[in-house]
Amino acid sequence: METQTITQEVSEKAAEPAKTPTTEVSGSVALLEALIVEGVDTIFGYPGGAIMPIYDALYDYNDKLNHILVRHEQGGIHAGQGYARTSGKVGVVFATSGPGATNLVTGLADAQIDSTPLVCITGQVFAHLLGTDAFQETDVINITTPVTKWNYQVTDATEIPEVLAKAFYIAKSGRPGPVLIDITKNAQIQKFDYAGYTKCDHIRSYRPKPIVRPQYIQEAAELINSAKKPFILWGQGVILGSAEQEFKAFVEKSGIPAAWTVLGAGAIPTDHPLNVGMLGMHGNYGPNVLTNECDVLIAIGMRFDDRVTGRLDKYAKQAKVVHLDIDPAEIDKNVKSTVPVWGDCKETLPMLSALVDKKEHTEWHAKFKEYTRQEVEQVIEKELNPTTVEMTMGEVIKQLNEITKGEAVIVTDVGQHQMVACRYSQFNNTRSNVTSGGLGTMGFALPAAIGAKFGAQNRTVVAIIGDGGFQMTCQELGTIMQSGIDVKIIILNNRFLGMVRQWQELFNARRYSFVDIESPDFVALAAAYRIPGKVIDNRKDLPSALNEMLNNKGSFLLEVMVTKENNVFPMVPQGCSVSEIRLK
Amino acid sequence: MENQDNEKQEYNITVYTENQIGLLNRIAIIFTRRKINIDSLNTSPSEVESIHRFNIVITESEEVVRKLTRQIEKQVEVLKVYYHTNEDVIWQELALYKVSTDVIAERVSVERLLRENGARVVVLRKDYTVFETTGHREETDNLISILQPFGLIEFVRSARVAIIKDSEGFNSKLREFERLEPGEDVIENEYLNKGQKVFTM
Repeated sequence: METQTITQEVSEKAAEPAKTPTTEVSGSVALLEALIVEGVDTIFGYPGGAIMPIYDALYDYNDKLNHILVRHEQGGIHAGQGYARTSGKVGVVFATSGPGATNLVTGLADAQIDSTPLVCITGQVFAHLLGTDAFQETDVINITTPVTKWNYQVTDATEIPEVLAKAFYIAKSGRPGPVLIDITKNAQIQKFDYAGYTKCDHIRSYRPKPIVRPQYIQEAAELINSAKKPFILWGQGVILGSAEQEFKAFVEKSGIPAAWTVLGAGAIPTDHPLNVGMLGMHGNYGPNVLTNECDVLIAIGMRFDDRVTGRLDKYAKQAKVVHLDIDPAEIDKNVKSTVPVWGDCKETLPMLSALVDKKEHTEWHAKFKEYTRQEVEQVIEKELNPTTVEMTMGEVIKQLNEITKGEAVIVTDVGQHQMVACRYSQFNNTRSNVTSGGLGTMGFALPAAIGAKFGAQNRTVVAIIGDGGFQMTCQELGTIMQSGIDVKIIILNNRFLGMVRQWQELFNARRYSFVDIESPDFVALAAAYRIPGKVIDNRKDLPSALNEMLNNKGSFLLEVMVTKENNVFPMVPQGCSVSEIRLK
Repeated sequence: MENQDNEKQEYNITVYTENQIGLLNRIAIIFTRRKINIDSLNTSPSEVESIHRFNIVITESEEVVRKLTRQIEKQVEVLKVYYHTNEDVIWQELALYKVSTDVIAERVSVERLLRENGARVVVLRKDYTVFETTGHREETDNLISILQPFGLIEFVRSARVAIIKDSEGFNSKLREFERLEPGEDVIENEYLNKGQKVFTM
């Protein structure tokens, strides 16, 4: 329980225990005070009519709260997501009513499906105008209900401290997610007796995490100890639960091969000997094929997304399944578990580690290695060390790894470049892979990279973006310019909407329907925003260009022209089992 | 087991919630998102102040219903969700029938009608009479077909309310919920509760 009062004068009064001191403040000030107590340092936002009182109050809080003016509310919320993903803190976003609020919807949906903690504050018309089709009035609460973990409309300033406390608590506890608070203009202006801000630590109808049942840990351990071919699948839950150390200890003791979902990348380093690679549609060969050969599948903080499982009725049918998750709605949702371990994996993993036998599973690992050998020979070698004249996306990532040594935060957009970046990036650290996994939001990367940099100020942030996705949110170059944000931007330009083109090539008889996309001169565009840039189309220039980009003080845009019609492999075609994964 | 899981039948979903604006929508869209029709929906205050109880009836397989209940329970302001087949509950719907008093008095033996259908008169006026019955759908339907030839003027049926057969200790648990910070006995892992008859919260 923390209480913070507004002025020195008030906190002196607080020494008297008799009664709670109050001071008269506006709803807007109460909101900003709440953000400060919650440890917010950065806000991404865009002002407008219905949120003006909050922005007016913000004018006096410039030294305490760093507000980044974005160029579009979608950019603001993606930046909030990027911030949350690298920092582990709650991302905070401001937007005005009507179009400002509706522009948040894509980001809310993205954050909801990827469990990203956000608190979005939207302005709303005066309470007496609600439902009158007033200027810039829209039914934000109902529009955002399906894409928020919780939302609430404040029409009275006195509610603000308590509602904000709930908002932060809900956003970050249990399975995190986005929360939206809609505040009518009268509540922003209204003055009330403010008695300080108390953080929320309990809501009676809300159980963010259960008490772990040792019985299930016991059963899970027995199953794991009896397994000949156990296989671990891990997801973002490990990262969201800050359980990377506990996870590593579990993997290392049990000696079980472990593969990751796109959002789980980096929870243990890419080159960890027990890390056998990426799962799913464009994941690695071994992890996909051997899913259908393992005898015990241990899923940790992942939700068996269809891009991971492929055809469900042919997914790991031979295996017994242990599923560790904090969200009971995920257990048995897609894959029936043999032993459900409902709980926070920061608690459950150490309990499990204590009971599992120390093993090495040498023969089983050899199988993964054999599949890796085949994948290297048939796919990876061609991608990373191509003999073609044109560059591949993979070799750009490989070069980048060599220079950054796997220490960078990699932010990706959606499409072929995303899959290539996730497959080939070296992640030494957790919270290093920021991407739109569940929703697949093109245009995510540039604004998310802005937020990622604020969330990890001492790290190099590299946004890797396709030529299509970049054009969806390239206005955020203006944010980078104005706020002097050090984001390195790589555009992998194949002059196509590559992933859709790949599907059209493979499944629609090369009927390339509206995937041929023209781009502006990206370097000139960056220059218009006073961001230096360079375009290269020859691999001999790649290392020096990457070095120039990374060594530049401040942001830099590097456009790399890559092969037009390259495909991402391996691939589990839609409707196929993971073991039907194709290498070409 | 598998068959039973996939066979569609009526399920009664009981939801305990906070009384909060917007929550009805939040619950309703869980069904609409999956294109599932709500056959009947009743929401009203429970016996505990500030806790509301929803009775929702849908026709689906148990597997679908199970997943739906977890999605509902996941909502922040939902306290607890249960689902039951019709066999597990005692349920009633209330129906009101408005008919012309003249016609009824002239052509129908009112006394017999009331007795046979367990109906009662709630309003008796010169111009019209209102009957009321409670019962299952077939029972309330039956009275419609009887009254239809006699100039049924208006009919309305309530949503279903259902009380659960195996709910020993329910009320006290609900009160406990209201009173206590949830302790170990309150938070339950549903996987452990399969064998228990009494509800746990």
